[in-house]
Amino acid sequence: MNDIILPGDDQGALFARDRSWQPPAYTPGYKSTTFRAPRHALLSLPGTASELTGPTFGDMPLNPLDNDLIRNYSQDGGEAIGQRLIVYGQVLDENARPVPGTLVEFWQANAGGRYRHKREGYLAPLDPNFGGCGRAITDANGFYHFRTVKPGAYPWPNGANDWRPAHIHFSIFGHAFAQRLITQMYFEGDPMIWQCPIVGSVPDKAGITQLIAKLDRHNTTPMDALAYRFDIVLRGRRSTLFENKLEGN
Amino acid sequence: MLHPVPTLKETPSQTAGPYVHIGMTPNWAGIRGVYDADPGATMVSADTPGTRIILSGRIIDGAGVPVSDAVVEIWQADGNGSYGRPVGSSAEARPAFTGWGRQPANGEGEFRFETIKPGPVPGPDGRPMAPHVAVWIVARGINIGLQTRIYFADEEAANARDFVLNRIPDPKRRATLIARKEEGDVPQYRLDIHLQGDSETVFFDM
Ligand SMILES: [Fe+2]
Repeated sequence: MNDIILPGDDQGALFARDRSWQPPAYTPGYKSTTFRAPRHALLSLPGTASELTGPTFGDMPLNPLDNDLIRNYSQDGGEAIGQRLIVYGQVLDENARPVPGTLVEFWQANAGGRYRHKREGYLAPLDPNFGGCGRAITDANGFYHFRTVKPGAYPWPNGANDWRPAHIHFSIFGHAFAQRLITQMYFEGDPMIWQCPIVGSVPDKAGITQLIAKLDRHNTTPMDALAYRFDIVLRGRRSTLFENKLEGN
Repeated sequence: MLHPVPTLKETPSQTAGPYVHIGMTPNWAGIRGVYDADPGATMVSADTPGTRIILSGRIIDGAGVPVSDAVVEIWQADGNGSYGRPVGSSAEARPAFTGWGRQPANGEGEFRFETIKPGPVPGPDGRPMAPHVAVWIVARGINIGLQTRIYFADEEAANARDFVLNRIPDPKRRATLIARKEEGDVPQYRLDIHLQGDSETVFFDM
């Protein structure tokens, strides 16, 4: 055997994306997809170096408050208003291997359900001390964590009276550009999850369950913050120890 | 021959939504003082080797309306066709070119990257692919990020041999991936990306 690919090697081919598990481009319940969903079938091709490599962030210097949404936008020295939370989890690949040193970005509405964005018109007020963005780089075991306040549910123009369940948006890189993923995290026990057309774009109930963070009493900070755990799975490398580079790629 | 199977399911994608800029380009969105700079905003520095280019275009939906809330990321090789320099590593080790860029579309759906022309990268058969930029697009109404590529019109011979372009038999569809060149102090390449419709761009599952 020559030129063995090690687990996590940054050149190995990825498992094909399971498109039956992922939301289709067009989901009629989510009206914005009507003119934004491609109608042609995607062209399936093996990944090349352009897809199997990707930007790496392991050495990127972060500010100490980048993962603290309670304080990172403080204007008057005060903290953001709302239910204090720790959100943490592990970034893994489909082989259940941790993905270390990768950038995880998150953004959300404030406790009242209002985003700090010029196109946002919901009547709930802005919190002067809440910006709504943060980021972290996963540690050697693939873990990230941040502190925030629980985002509020909010109404949005889609159906006559649609409301988004409380959620946090996530952007994750992995080590290959083809692992790039954007998703949203929901909160265990929220009945609004099951009536949301955006959640409903995910075809399988088990897939939706994967988007729901679990309350984790064990990691709660006493007298301070509740903890929720949200693990994220990125596409994994198909290559294994038993496959050599000449055939494998 | 072993056929490994995944043990976990990939996390399902969800749309980036209309407020994606808060998380991905906060300074551009007016949220200042949290990050020094928006990640991926600057791709080149004064000492970046290679041919400077401007890569721009519009994102347009199936009704012909500009997609003014999209965020576009590109990933490309350097001028020699090499990938994989760390983003934002320590000052001594900081390479002049990381290969990764991120830009929000503006009110007209227009994106614009100041970058360098990528060199040829080996394809799966070991032969060089034509110079290209890998593209990833997210926005409200896009349930899962769209993967495509941008090629360069002045690489006619290389494009004719490219393994990806050759998988697209219809010349009209193939043309949706090739940016036209416009002369200027810095060469400009332009390509409109159509999410849907008669001119729909070819998107990949790679
Ligand atoms: Fe949202």
